This record gives sequence, structure tokens and C-alpha cells, in this order.
Amino acid sequence: MAPKFEIEDLNAWFGTKHVLKNINMKIEENAVTAIIGPSGCGKTTFIRCLNRMHEITPGARASGKVLFNGLDIYGDGVDPVMIRRKIGMVFQKPNPFPMMSIYDNVAAGLKLNGVKNKKIIDAAVRRSLELANLWDEVKNDLNKSGASLSGGQQQRLCIARALAVEPEVLLMDEPCSALDPIATAKIEALIRKLAENYTVVIVTHNMQQAARVSDYTAFLYLGELMEYGPTKQIFENPKHELTEKYITGKFG
Amino acid sequence: MNHYKFRLVKDRVAFLLVHLSLTLALIPLFSVLYEVVQKGISTITIDFFISPTPTVGEKGGGAANAIQGTLITIGLASLIGIPIGLMSGVFLSEYSEHRLSIIVRFFNDVLSGIPSIIIGVFAYALIVRSIGFSVIAAAFALAIIMIPIVTRTTEEALKLVPMSIREAAIALGVPRWKTVVTIVLRSAKKAVVTGMLLSIARIAGESAPVLVTMGYWRWWFAGLDRPAANLALNVFVFAMSPFESWIALAWGSALVLILLVLGINFAVRIFTRERY
Ligand SMILES: Nc1ncnc2c1ncn2[C@@H]1O[C@H](COP(=O)(O)OP(=O)(O)OP(=O)(O)O)[C@@H](O)[C@H]1O
Ligand SMILES: [Mg+2]
Repeated sequence: MAPKFEIEDLNAWFGTKHVLKNINMKIEENAVTAIIGPSGCGKTTFIRCLNRMHEITPGARASGKVLFNGLDIYGDGVDPVMIRRKIGMVFQKPNPFPMMSIYDNVAAGLKLNGVKNKKIIDAAVRRSLELANLWDEVKNDLNKSGASLSGGQQQRLCIARALAVEPEVLLMDEPCSALDPIATAKIEALIRKLAENYTVVIVTHNMQQAARVSDYTAFLYLGELMEYGPTKQIFENPKHELTEKYITGKFG
Repeated sequence: MNHYKFRLVKDRVAFLLVHLSLTLALIPLFSVLYEVVQKGISTITIDFFISPTPTVGEKGGGAANAIQGTLITIGLASLIGIPIGLMSGVFLSEYSEHRLSIIVRFFNDVLSGIPSIIIGVFAYALIVRSIGFSVIAAAFALAIIMIPIVTRTTEEALKLVPMSIREAAIALGVPRWKTVVTIVLRSAKKAVVTGMLLSIARIAGESAPVLVTMGYWRWWFAGLDRPAANLALNVFVFAMSPFESWIALAWGSALVLILLVLGINFAVRIFTRERY
């Protein structure tokens, strides 16, 4: 299989602060890649570089190449808006649109991108909510405010919202950090299911979670990619002492 | 136990002080309201709402033309001032990294500090001298008073919308301008509209800039390039007149003006009531 992303010499800055340093890695298609590392090492920044969200922060910039399906998303003439439609994102904190109903939250991406056909939107809303394991819980309350849901439901709503526009990739930034074990288990199951058709990149602080859901694991440390490989190998046989220490909780 | 009693006493004292200052603050408000209602209510007859300003010696008469003129002038001022204020507010909040935003903010701050009479004089020099005293000139002056108010309230309202909401939309592949119009403005709708309504309430009672741009007019509305009657000016002119019935008209106009402003504040209340 061809890799979904090929990242070459990726560097990122906030102002003069150099937060990602010469990252080189490939991300496989239809697989789950976990990004782990201590707080502040650049995990969020890294996934935000993959859909050009990094640059919307004032003063932030990136250099290097990120080939997505072979095309450099930082190349001349590439429209970041088009990139973001193909590469969806779920944020660390659930952020449903507060003034919109559950239905409108999921439909937002399609509606705002010009889809008018009610049948298509209805179908997409249902399909996305089902995929996100939320349909049964909200099917009778589609007109209620998205903010009226519980934290875990809101996070699944945000996942449904990202899925509704049918991206090829889903970037997830600690999607379970605010959730209880049951909601976490649901989202993990969802991630495994998504991996059949989507490429998933997930940031997590939870080692067990990385081990459970991911096929590949990348360990970032102070903005550098310390180690990257199949999850099994990283967890059972890490090459770097730092990786091992981190995974076993000996620092952090 | 002693400690407890001491705190109880302190609590009582603080409670009394708070209520005392509240009463002190409300006394002027209620005495004005009482005075205006008491003196104005007798003037408020049907005639008041259908007849124009009386001529000297004429009995009766009303403020219908002043109500009409005020509404038209406020309406035109809002048509000019609200969109400009809204756009500058959006610009300052959403495009603050733009070089021009420093200039826009500077002018806005300066504008909000200029006394309204001076804005009136400015409109006089710019418009009255070319087309004469007119609704257009007054509306222009009032619009300039509105702009900094709407700009500031819009900017503040949009800044309260969490960055995460904007990011959610941008990550869906929604262009930035569309994110602002559909997501950010929509999330802040209540506060934005509140600012607009309060700016209308603010200009409804302006008299000085209206006086220098429209002058006094006692007839019905006759076109945007002509003057129109005005409630605030009714109060100003009639209150100092020698006739009982005219002084009564001043009170009546004052009452209607206060009711208008109260009505707008009431509308704000209803509009901002929580729905979910
Ligand atoms: N908006 C910003 N402005 C300036 N510096 C920032 C900004 N966001 C992050 N940084 C810095 O960039 C570095 C990497 O941050 P990042 O958010 O990518 O870390 P992270 O690995 O996601 O951490 P965490 O696990 O705590 O979420 C940190 O040192 C942080 O201080
Ligand atoms: Mg992070």
C-alpha cells in the first residue's frame, strides 16, 4: 500500500519558537497511527501541520514537505480549504457549534460547502451519526441543541460532524481525554471501525489506548521524532531508552 | 461565638450599604420617570398621536409629525451606521492581524470620544452647507455617533466566541469569511443585536447634533433632503416656550421618547432571553 502521507523535513514554529524539528515519516493508508509523547512535545502542532491548521494561529509557520496522496500540501497554489475538506479533524475539547441543533451540527460541513439537496444531507447526517455510534441516542432529539449533550456525546457529535463531509483522513487530538471509560471504549471501537475505510491519526496520552487502537506509533520528544514503527514493536521492543522510559511511565 | 457575631454585624452593615447605594442610584431614575409620566400623561391623547405641531394660538395639536420624523431619521441613521459599525467590528475582531486594524481601532476610539455636538458641526460643514438642513444631514451625524458603539459591541461580542468554534469550522474546509459570517456572527447574534439596539436607543434622544443639522421643523416629513420634526427637539423648543399647552407638549414628547428608549431596552431583554 502506498502511504497516505509522506512527511519530509517538517519544521514548525510559533514566532521564533521552534517546536517541530526535521520530522520525517510516512503514514499508512487505512491504518491507525498514534502520536505519543510528553506534554508540550509538539503532538498537537504536528497533526495541525497535516491539514494546514497550524498556520491559522497568528505568528505560526511551517516548512518542509507534506505529501498527501503524493501531492505536497504546502506546494504553490494549493488551497488549504480544499486540503481541510479531505482531512478532517477532531479536537481535544468537544466543540460543537453552540447555536446549532444536533442535525445542523452534523450537516454544517455539507451545508456550508454548498450542498443543498435535503435528501443527500439527511442521508449523510444519519450515516455519520450511525458511524459515530450516536444515532440511537439522539435520533429523536435531532433538533435539540448540540450543547445539550453530555461531554462524551458531544465528542461523538464532533466526530460525526467531521465524518459527514467524507474526508479521507481523520486527525484526532486526544479525543478521549475528557471522557469516562465507557465513552472511551466506544470511541476506541469507533476508531478501529473507521480504520477500515479511513486513515486515522490519533494523539493520545494514554499508553494503553495507543497500544489498543493503533497499528503504528510515533514517539515525539521535544519536537523531534524519537522513534516510529509498528505499535507492537514500539511497545514490546523500543529501540530508544527514552521511548521505553516514557511508555513504562518512568518519566513525564 | 464572638467572632461569629462580629461577622454577622459586618454582613448586616454591608447589606445595608449595598441597598442604600442602590436606592441612591435609583432615586434620580425614578424621580425623572415619575415627573415625566405625571406631567406628560395628560397630554397623551389621541390627538397627540395624529396631529402635527400646533401653530401659535392654535388649540390642541400633537407630536405625530415629531414621532414620524424621529423614526425616519433614526431609521436612516441605522441604515448607514449599523452596517458600517458591524463591518468594522467584524474586521477588528476577526482580522486583527491586518495592518489596517490599528488605524480602524484608533479612529474608532477617537470617534467614540468626540462630543456629539462636534459631530453635528462636522455634518453641518460637510452636508448642510451643500444640500441644506435635512434629514440626510441629521441621519449622517447620528450614524457617526452610532458607528463606534456598534463597532465596539460587535467586536467585544465576537471576541467572546471561543477560538475553538472558529477552528471547528475552518477544519471542515469552510473558507474564513464564510466561517465569520455563518458561524461566528451566528454564535454571537444576541450580543451583536443587543449592541445595535442600544446604539439606536442612544441616538433616539440626541438633540444637539440634530439641532445643528436639521434645525427645527414643525410640519410633516417632506423628503429626506428637507428637515423633519423631532421628539428631542420638541422637548428642547417647547419646554422654553411661554404657552401652557406647548409646555405640555414638551412633556408629552419627553414621555414618548422615554417610552421609545424603554421599549428598545425591553426588546433587548426579550431578545437575549435564554432559549435552551
Ligand atoms: N499558540 C501557541 N503560541 C505559542 N506557542 C505555542 C502555541 N501552541 C503551542 N505552543 C508551544 O509549542 C510547543 C508544542 O505544543 P503542542 O500543543 O504541540 O504540544 P502537545 O504535545 O500537543 O502538548 P499536550 O500533550 O500538552 O497537548 C509547546 O512548547 C507550546 O508551548
Ligand atoms: Mg496537545
